[in-house]
Amino acid sequence: MIDAAQVISQLQQGQMFDFPGGVHPPQQKSLANSTPIAQVAEPKHLYIPVKQQIGSQGNVCVQVGDYVAKGQPLTHSNHPFSVPVHASTSGTVVAIAPHPSAHASGLPELTIEIATDGLAKWQLMPLLTDYMQLDKMQLLERICQAGISGMGGAGFPTHIKTNTHKPVECLIINGIECEPYISSDDRIMREHAWQIKQGIDILRHIVEPKHVIIAVEDNKPEAFDAMRTACLEDNGYLVVSLPTKYPAGGERQLIQVLTGAEVPDNGLPIDIGCLMYNVGTCFAIAEAVLHGKPLVERVVTLTGKALNKPQNVWALLGTPVQHLLTHAGYDSTQQKQHKVIMGGPMMGFTVHNEQVPVVKMTNCLLVPERNELPEIEDERPCIRCGLCADACPAGLLPQQLLWYSKAKEYDKAQEYNLDACIECGACAYVCPSEIPLVQYYRQAKSDIRNAAIEKDKSEKARERFETRQARLLADKQAREEKHRLAAEARKKSMENKGSDAKDKIAAALARAKAKRAAAAKTDTDTTQSTPDVSSHNSPSTDSDN
Amino acid sequence: MQFSLSSSPHNRVRRDTGQVMRMVCYACIPGVIAQTYFFGWGTIIQIALAMFTAVVTESAILELRKKNVSRGIRDYSAILTALLLGICLPPLAPWWLVVIGTFFSIAIVKQLYGGLGFNMFNPAMIGYVVLLISFPIAMSAWIPVQSMAQSPYDFIDALSTIFTGYSQSGYSLAQLQLGIDGITQATPLDAVRTGLLSGLTYSETLNANIFSSDWGWSYGWSPVALAYLLGGLFLLGNKVINWHMPISTLAGVVFTAGFLNILSPDQTGSITFHLMSGAVLFGAFFIVTDPVSGSTTDKGRVIFGLMIGFLTVIIRTYGGYPDAIAFAVVIMNIAVPLIDYYTQPRTYGHKS
Repeated sequence: MIDAAQVISQLQQGQMFDFPGGVHPPQQKSLANSTPIAQVAEPKHLYIPVKQQIGSQGNVCVQVGDYVAKGQPLTHSNHPFSVPVHASTSGTVVAIAPHPSAHASGLPELTIEIATDGLAKWQLMPLLTDYMQLDKMQLLERICQAGISGMGGAGFPTHIKTNTHKPVECLIINGIECEPYISSDDRIMREHAWQIKQGIDILRHIVEPKHVIIAVEDNKPEAFDAMRTACLEDNGYLVVSLPTKYPAGGERQLIQVLTGAEVPDNGLPIDIGCLMYNVGTCFAIAEAVLHGKPLVERVVTLTGKALNKPQNVWALLGTPVQHLLTHAGYDSTQQKQHKVIMGGPMMGFTVHNEQVPVVKMTNCLLVPERNELPEIEDERPCIRCGLCADACPAGLLPQQLLWYSKAKEYDKAQEYNLDACIECGACAYVCPSEIPLVQYYRQAKSDIRNAAIEKDKSEKARERFETRQARLLADKQAREEKHRLAAEARKKSMENKGSDAKDKIAAALARAKAKRAAAAKTDTDTTQSTPDVSSHNSPSTDSDN
Repeated sequence: MQFSLSSSPHNRVRRDTGQVMRMVCYACIPGVIAQTYFFGWGTIIQIALAMFTAVVTESAILELRKKNVSRGIRDYSAILTALLLGICLPPLAPWWLVVIGTFFSIAIVKQLYGGLGFNMFNPAMIGYVVLLISFPIAMSAWIPVQSMAQSPYDFIDALSTIFTGYSQSGYSLAQLQLGIDGITQATPLDAVRTGLLSGLTYSETLNANIFSSDWGWSYGWSPVALAYLLGGLFLLGNKVINWHMPISTLAGVVFTAGFLNILSPDQTGSITFHLMSGAVLFGAFFIVTDPVSGSTTDKGRVIFGLMIGFLTVIIRTYGGYPDAIAFAVVIMNIAVPLIDYYTQPRTYGHKS
């Protein structure tokens, strides 16, 4: 557990910590960060994926043909790990079908397609301007209903993170934006520092931290100044400027730099008293609480030298990539092959299709010109130079992990803490043999995950089988026991009433004898008496029932 | 639209394996120039022969292994191995010596283990050790510092001696080895070793004419060592190598030599003698730093270097060979997996 007072006094004295490794890729932020965030004309069609965050997806609560207002929820769920998605503008639902996803795999996902009407008719939620008087649960409910999930890239549902019962020492606001090229957080801090501050105020009211730290990398002096000005009058806020180093914006790395403490293995920041939010998330919280607007748009950096007008824009969620590329003046002749990276050059993924939509986590579209980013030619053998280990912010040995991942020796890879890899890409960035290390780790992690699921499944099947066997055995034993008891009881009763039974048999025999004797006496009577007997003994439909 | 796909990161440092290897080659230039200045053209010819053999051997084996030959050559690893081996050989050693050594380095030590990245041992050093054990006489036939030689040789002499055993003017290799005083000039390490073995004290051994001062500075050898130090600093400055291995190797030499010196001051070489003679400075920056066969963790690199420094001085002092960098490196190569296993860094959020 960290001590907020100590951390703050250290930071005020300019004392910070460092995380191991890290790299300094060319920044390239000035391409897009010099102009204000622009508005984009509404696209004709929006593609809103039903699931845009980590967790579970909601149930679609609109139908094809429905008219939806801007901000109207499109999904609904009672699952705590689910947040709704909303219509980003008004229009008609024209399809609810799979559509290429904003994901590295590009696999189609259930998506609601809206034909926009250009009216942008809002359906607002009631304003909660007096939030200081409100119950915290009510605010959490609002954050959830506004569809807010972490906008820095992780996409974790914000209300879940905020609904903590553990004491919060430091509320940390992440304005680091350490990925090269991206300037969406930079611009939103420069232009909307006050509203970000309002969002932080709301969070502070909910989680009651001892102190608030707002961290900005020192390559964004304007954003730093804006945030400092906005937070000037509040003693509980400290805005700090951090040396630029990738990946300083990683949650765990930032905590390490600010506090010197590490989030324990398999733990969460809250375990050491930290809670971290991206600046964009804070802005969205203020929108939701103070303006009644759910999350329907976000700032997206459109950058790269294949764009004639690189800039930051307010993009409606669901806007297809193509619409934004056209807006920014995409010049396809500048590229050898069409290539659009969603996210930054270090952790972003290439989109499969120009119809892929902007989602809540989309902070950047990077469209590099030919030779702007190196072609990843061919992988050469690892020469064990160890540059990757020097660059790793998590203190791993990437070349050992590579060796074990390639050989599919996953237990060995786990022994070398593969799980601690944050996939920042620093190792692959420095690798002289151009080995796509992160890709190998992703593969290994997913194999391990699948194996665990498989194992869990077979474990459950085995359990079910064994339970069934046990039940059958128990049944059989119970049955046998019952039979045994019955047999015993019969035997006992035979023994007890043994003489009695013999008497009965003797009596029956005697009766039969007497009958036979009588029959022999009166021969003529026999034919008359026989039908009587048979009518009693032969089966009849009546007696069966 | 057809989109091109790739996995993150999409950017990377534009310094590939070939460039790293080339930079190490360039860093050898001052040393090679100094060596040529003091010991004649032989070294250059040895290096050329070694490189030729290395490229031919590497290509042939890559071809046999059905690998991309030009790609394999372009990583410059074979060229570098050849360069390092060529530097270590006596300048006028017969041509078959360097050919056998290089072939062994490339074919057996490197390619049979799986090629670049998979060799357990430093290829140049195993090549050197194999030659030293198999052809001890040829391997110890060093040439005197040319300004002190009875019959200095030129480039054509060198070629002729290497291929025929006799120089243009008819001198044999043995004759070319004579110093100005008519005695075969010993290397500094040899001079001290033989002297100590024959009962002289260390300070008496420094009277040999190869030494210019009583603190172990030798003609020719020490300037060459410093020239390699210069190249090594260039590598450090350009972050081609880390400080851990070279500095800890030198520290290992300094501590061990210093300790032995305190125990028996006149029976062992001084610290400067050990640093300035033989292959310590060259080895610390160019041999020990081979990434493939060395340790990969920071702590491991320090242990690896310290042990090499330690073993070098121990073998020099008590072993059967005058110099020992090659033996020390090869011995420590064996220990690398063990060192790496026990020196894993602490992972973020994990207890040590």
